[in-house]
Amino acid sequence: MSKFQITDPRGLLLRPTRRTVLQGAGALAGAAAFTGFGPFEASAQDNVLNILTWPGHGDPAFVKPFEDEHGVKVVAKEYVGGEPMLALMNQSPPGSFDVVLADAEYIYMLQEGGFIDEMDPADYPLADYWPEFQKFPLHWKDDKLYSVMIRFGYLGLAYRTDVLNEEDVKTYKALWSEKVKGKVGFFDWYLPTMGCLSLGNGNKPPFDIDEAAFEALKETLFSLRPQTSGFYSMADQFAMLTNGTAGVIPGVGDWVVLLLQNEGVPVNAVVPDEGGIQWTESMSVVSSSSKKDLAKKFIQYASSPEGQFRSARLPAYWASIPNRKGWEKMNAEAPEDAVKLRHTFDARNVMDEYKEGKIFIRQTPVQQDIETWNDTWSEFKAM
Amino acid sequence: MADSSLSHARASRIRFAVFLGAPTLIWQLCFFVVPLGFLVAMTFWSVRNFRLQPDFTFANWSTILSAGFFQSAYTYTFGLSALVAVFVSVAAFPVAYVLAFKVRPSTRMLLAGLLVVPFFTSFPVRIYSMQIFFSPNGLINTALDAIGIAPISVLNSPTGTFIGFLTLTAPLVVLLQTFALVAVDRQLVEAAHNLRCGALRTVFTIVIPAARVGLVVAGAFAFVLAFGDYISPQFLGGSNPPTLSILIADQVKSGNHWPRASVVAVIMIATLALVLGALLKLAYGGRKPS
Repeated sequence: MSKFQITDPRGLLLRPTRRTVLQGAGALAGAAAFTGFGPFEASAQDNVLNILTWPGHGDPAFVKPFEDEHGVKVVAKEYVGGEPMLALMNQSPPGSFDVVLADAEYIYMLQEGGFIDEMDPADYPLADYWPEFQKFPLHWKDDKLYSVMIRFGYLGLAYRTDVLNEEDVKTYKALWSEKVKGKVGFFDWYLPTMGCLSLGNGNKPPFDIDEAAFEALKETLFSLRPQTSGFYSMADQFAMLTNGTAGVIPGVGDWVVLLLQNEGVPVNAVVPDEGGIQWTESMSVVSSSSKKDLAKKFIQYASSPEGQFRSARLPAYWASIPNRKGWEKMNAEAPEDAVKLRHTFDARNVMDEYKEGKIFIRQTPVQQDIETWNDTWSEFKAM
Repeated sequence: MADSSLSHARASRIRFAVFLGAPTLIWQLCFFVVPLGFLVAMTFWSVRNFRLQPDFTFANWSTILSAGFFQSAYTYTFGLSALVAVFVSVAAFPVAYVLAFKVRPSTRMLLAGLLVVPFFTSFPVRIYSMQIFFSPNGLINTALDAIGIAPISVLNSPTGTFIGFLTLTAPLVVLLQTFALVAVDRQLVEAAHNLRCGALRTVFTIVIPAARVGLVVAGAFAFVLAFGDYISPQFLGGSNPPTLSILIADQVKSGNHWPRASVVAVIMIATLALVLGALLKLAYGGRKPS
């Protein structure tokens, strides 16, 4: 993807002479509309750390120890989906956020856009991370670090165990099974679902595919329409698996089912034989922050064993953590949760699938435009 | 001299009218006309790597208008909204009729007040709570199961969206129809009775024509509300299939494509303007709006 050459429309306000009346008026209106974003008042306060994040990361269960230690308040502005995150970063006034938690595939866009700072690897406990994650490629550019992994998980199939069994879900073909006719639910975001179906079609890596493979992927996706139950928001996936509307949801994983299992809902998640996709949540220091030191301390906390232990079991949704010392703490203090998260050292754990080469990192489409994939998704929904 | 004082008086009246109307005019100008102009302008902008760029391209229009998913969503949204408007108008009429003609004014006030109660809570909350009723393991299917009837599938279907639209529009349509019927001249109705006109015939030849404007406006409101609703198709319909509102959200959510979303929005506004224009012509047909 090309470098950002486009300035924020608000920038036009500073150089009106070079622009047409239409552009100027549009920018003015745009600026007026966009200044509604971002916690301005909060950002002005020294004792507030503003984070832009997926839902649930501002939960006291995670941030309270940090708040108590530093005498600050962590204020979270939440988003769902990497693209809304980029939109918020683009449209919020500088200084609105101190830390951004983003999916790894968007880190390079944040870096190219000049939104995040280079980080000193020595500041963070990367040596305690699993070797596979110590130099996670999407976090580095030109051998410089821009983000630190906080959590990750795998996306494959989440399913109700009273509808499908372990044998069924060894392959993505389970989605076409008679058992789930009218019960295939979808997370309403093109990237994870189409990525998993691409794996099901045998594309490795799943997002870097030529036109022929993309056409085949479209066919695969469209053939699922008669099986479809609905397209769900992030929160609705929990509800639909619980009430039985969805028998299976592709493109999601443990992050949906672990909490439901705790509540006794008969669900499970699996990475089928064709492979799964890794999602990653990583934290970066926002370049325009006026509290970069505090931002650094927050990321140090989030990557520490204590922060990792708490982050893994976020009340909003659980996830795997990359810090082995976080695993040790979990095995010592909450061994049952370590088993549920498959974070034990003496049995098959989440690192095994990674080592087996079954896991591919989620990324935006390489050979096609984002719009092309997204339009295909819209077309699928409208069928 | 007399002429001059007359024109002075008229000028004074106009100044007073402008003084009274100005706040609303300014408000509408700032928060409707200007944003609408911006919306139209933005349909010609482009997006690169999630960033809006002022531009003058027709690409967004041609992409959206030629997209099969847009055409399907348009047909579906228009058709379902029209169906809701007709259905709710017909279903609400007997209720409004009873409220207007068959109960005491005090009872009417009470019942009309009850119709407003649903608006005390937000629509998303009401719709979300309806999921509990309609889910496969929900209250309705549990009850049906108990009496040996096969479960019904409402959630995540056009039926779900339809029920959501009805929930949204029915109270308002009943209220508007009631107001329209209350305003019908009772002497006309009594005259019809005196001339031995039957109840049904009175309704169709006297009451409905007399209340035509109000009844059509009520139906038009139902159409407008359903056409733009995002909550019902998302949470009861499961975006399955998507409506135009969902399409707007999708375009913004993935790719940050505000210009394409603006195209859909402008088409929606134009559609509503045309439909309302046609309905008002139908309502007033020959009569001047008073």
